[in-house]
Amino acid sequence: MTESPFKPSRRGFLTLAAGAGALAAAGTAERAQAQTATKAKIVIIGAGAGGTALANRLVRRLDGARITLVDPRADHLYQPGLSLVAAGLKPSGYVVSKTVDWLPRGVTLVPEAAAGIDPETRTVTTTGGTSLSYDFLVVAPGLVLDHDAIEGFSLDMVGENGIGALYAGPQYAAATWKAAQRFTETGGLGIFTRPATEMKCAGAPLKHTFLIDDIARTSGTRGKAQFLYAAPQGSLFGVPIVAEKVRMLFGDRGIDTAMQHTLKSIDAGAKRATFADATGADVQMEYDYIHVIPPQRAPEVIRQSGLSWADKWTDQGWVECDMASLRHLRFDNIWALGDVAGVPKGKTAASVKWQVPVVEDGLIAAIEDRETVEAYNGYTSCPMITRVGRAMLVEFDYNNNLVPSFPGVIAPLEELWISWLMKEVALKATYNAMLRGRA
Amino acid sequence: MKDLTFGTILAVFEEIFGKGLFWGMVVVAVLVTLAYLYVLIRDRSISWRKFLLAQLSMPLGAVAAVWFVLRMTHSHLSNIGGPVDVILLLGIAVAGAIGLAILVYTLQSLVVRPRIESD
Repeated sequence: MTESPFKPSRRGFLTLAAGAGALAAAGTAERAQAQTATKAKIVIIGAGAGGTALANRLVRRLDGARITLVDPRADHLYQPGLSLVAAGLKPSGYVVSKTVDWLPRGVTLVPEAAAGIDPETRTVTTTGGTSLSYDFLVVAPGLVLDHDAIEGFSLDMVGENGIGALYAGPQYAAATWKAAQRFTETGGLGIFTRPATEMKCAGAPLKHTFLIDDIARTSGTRGKAQFLYAAPQGSLFGVPIVAEKVRMLFGDRGIDTAMQHTLKSIDAGAKRATFADATGADVQMEYDYIHVIPPQRAPEVIRQSGLSWADKWTDQGWVECDMASLRHLRFDNIWALGDVAGVPKGKTAASVKWQVPVVEDGLIAAIEDRETVEAYNGYTSCPMITRVGRAMLVEFDYNNNLVPSFPGVIAPLEELWISWLMKEVALKATYNAMLRGRA
Repeated sequence: MKDLTFGTILAVFEEIFGKGLFWGMVVVAVLVTLAYLYVLIRDRSISWRKFLLAQLSMPLGAVAAVWFVLRMTHSHLSNIGGPVDVILLLGIAVAGAIGLAILVYTLQSLVVRPRIESD
């Protein structure tokens, strides 16, 4: 035979290759969206998770808008990673990146803090004296940790004398691990607290307790240690079905609880903590390790500007906004986004992911003079780590319903390796994709 | 998770590995697959001798893939907590086994010249 057997095959092979290439190209093509032309001045206070993700989405949707972000922080913190840093599983650098690295071209960053907001004249003034007028304002500055509210405590104590405070930032999370690790070696009484106020990621105090318990078990020192979870609330978690599951897990792990105990003060030298119990009476406890999470409030500038609720959370000052649209109830050109929003749930990065499209559409609907089609249902998610290597993927809404993303595949209240993988591997990637406005 | 689209998954993988490494790995995987299809079409038959060695390499690929994932994620086999975990673990093992088998078969075919078969 003289006919080459290769010719038709090679053609077939090339066709196949071309087909595969076309398929790959189709996959990467971004969905084009029609842009809205506008001259609107949009100011976003805060370039954290919410502000950055929103800015990235707005520049894609709007043509000609002047978008200004106001935030003095040079570093962007991936806060869901702080629990891992405080358990020695990740270095402190894992959570740190540069704010400017996530911002799109075409927006202006004013690297100063907002010092005043006047919703009547529609102006934001900054600590550097810059005055910014706006047509639309998004308030997303995050929250402040009120460390001074714990008498006798200051951040320079973290890492020494058995004191941890992982919320305070990457270096404090790393110092927390230093103190916690010593506790897992020497044993004694470890007290794990949470504040009476609303707080970001209500699962984090539990995660820290579970992780340190597991690390003590692995080191073979759990027998020398006593674990006590002390919280001002009456139950272990705001969602009843999750609270019950945590109660069972605490029973299984031998973690004791002191409910309705609010941390008031600590005496670092004597390693003694004072709590107020349900009746308001002082209860003193001597600890070998204590994890402090201070009360959390809206930044002062929000509380001074008249944007807060007048009749709810009066000691905390969260922004008065509609639960579904996140639009301010008295000023219809202002939206709240992220931790600062005065809604019953949603102080997590996962909530921000669901809130951003709502604020985005609300704002664009206002520009286009139509009704918004998006609503926030209170979605909050917490990959609740129960040991190194296992977690429960807990997702819920305003009504305390579980809203699992993968029903029938990933059971919400089961301790699973796959949920741990999501926290360890996929969560930061998803978060970063969100920051870029792509998830 | 909101809007779990193909684009979101690609974005997540780009973030996990970095854009360069992720697309590099995709290109390598596509190239190896294409090379495998190429030798199958070129030879017009499966060489059972090469396939035997490829099969023998499969357990190695399975173990290596599982070890790599456990190592990268601070996990142990004792963390397997439910059916979905077992399925995932088996999936990783199968992917590692098939990947290495294809690689071994393709390398043999490309390196060893095909015998000219008589009529």
